[in-house]
Amino acid sequence: MRYSALSLLGNTFSKNKNWKPAWRNPDPKPRYDVIIIGGGGHGLATAYYLSKVFGVRNVAVLEKGYLGSGNIGRNTTIIRSNYLLEGNNPFYEFSMKLWEGLEQDFNFNAMVSQRGVINLYHSDAQRDAYTRRGNAMRLHGVDADLLDRDQVREKLPFLDYDNARFPIMGGLMQARGGTVRHDAVAWGFARGADQNGVDIIQNCEVTAIDRDGDQITGVQTTRGAIKCGKLAMAVAGSSSHVARMVDMHLPIESHALQAFVSEGLKPFIDTVVTFGAGHFYVSQSDKGGLVFGGDIEGYNSYAQRGNLACVEHVAEAGMAMIPALSRVRILRSWGGIMDMSMDGSPIMDRTHLSNLYFNGGWCYGGFKATPASGYCFAHLLATGTPHETATAFRMDRFARGYLLDEKGVGAQANLH
Amino acid sequence: MSSLVKCPHCGLRPREEFTIRGEVPTPRPAAGADESVWFDHVYLRDNPRGQHREYWHHSGGCRRWLVLDRNTVTHETGDVVDASTLKSEGRA
Repeated sequence: MRYSALSLLGNTFSKNKNWKPAWRNPDPKPRYDVIIIGGGGHGLATAYYLSKVFGVRNVAVLEKGYLGSGNIGRNTTIIRSNYLLEGNNPFYEFSMKLWEGLEQDFNFNAMVSQRGVINLYHSDAQRDAYTRRGNAMRLHGVDADLLDRDQVREKLPFLDYDNARFPIMGGLMQARGGTVRHDAVAWGFARGADQNGVDIIQNCEVTAIDRDGDQITGVQTTRGAIKCGKLAMAVAGSSSHVARMVDMHLPIESHALQAFVSEGLKPFIDTVVTFGAGHFYVSQSDKGGLVFGGDIEGYNSYAQRGNLACVEHVAEAGMAMIPALSRVRILRSWGGIMDMSMDGSPIMDRTHLSNLYFNGGWCYGGFKATPASGYCFAHLLATGTPHETATAFRMDRFARGYLLDEKGVGAQANLH
Repeated sequence: MSSLVKCPHCGLRPREEFTIRGEVPTPRPAAGADESVWFDHVYLRDNPRGQHREYWHHSGGCRRWLVLDRNTVTHETGDVVDASTLKSEGRA
């Protein structure tokens, strides 16, 4: 069923008894042309674009839990394309353009809200770096505005402008940045892919990968063996774990990152704001809760939870930026597992096995990339060549010395 | 994460006294070693789900580098030894 004002009206008159599930819950078939391991945002987006744009419809997405149980439902929902480097910027801008048309495209309300993203700067050096980044963005056709202190104060009067250590001197704004309701992204892509014939198989964990020479023949799962023509990995924090099944050794560490939501407040923050002197980013959800996050925990972790030390750290950074937060109570916090690559940029490439494809290493920046990651990974799977915006995300760039070090920090927690 | 960690020099100490450096890599290659050996040493990680051997620094105590076994899912900590014992065994 296509969602529309008319379908809403019709279902209202029939007392909402005729709504159908948004996607099927099929049993696995014996064989698929493409199996995607990982039913998170990137895996579902890949299936969606594979079936829609590239006409590959005999596809399965295998998810070990339920849809939306991983990082797609655990992030702070921020989208932006304010990147500096040549290899990054066109890709994230492609993603931003896909976000802008996404809801019409997959016929699902993902609450895409282009409320603007402001990165604060606190020193002359940081202003110069932001000026450079803003100029790089504009050269790529991306919107960027450098705000001075008064312009920021007009938009965000409640910040601590005269903080003794980190006075706020201004900010770099991308007005087209914003937030998206993250689990609706998973649901929208799932529904769209399902309508194109993709089987989304939940509670199906891959336990082994079958090989014949340099060919993958299929996977063993908790719901039986499934054969495949091509195998695609989009498993985020579990990348190293799954890669080990085919003796792949990755330049990736898994780290936990926490996110937080406060009690509901009256309208307070109408953009996304990030602290330039620490790691803190905040926006306000439509329900009124402040949604915010900070740094990774600083040690390898596969536990989807964090520690109190980081809670304190994030709260301190938040307080340094917005003193009024001292009265706000945190309702919930949760953790997700980030696949931290060694240069802080993603990997999307073929592998040493001829029909195995890898997509991972998104660090804590994977959400904003969801549509483009899916599109470009689908392009790679269908054509065997990288999409024109994703040519820098090669697996061998570390060995060749072509790192994509947007921030120059990688997995090193003390550099963040 | 365990709240108390057994330092081989200081005994049972609170976790906050320690700084975690990360995975114990393959032994440092010789200066003239092949590029692929250096690549492995610098960039590749085992990153296991389960038992993980990593460098910790007792920064708030004896300031010795330690090697500690920790489970990356449950965060239970196991054996702790001084990093120099690894070096004398030629494993670091």
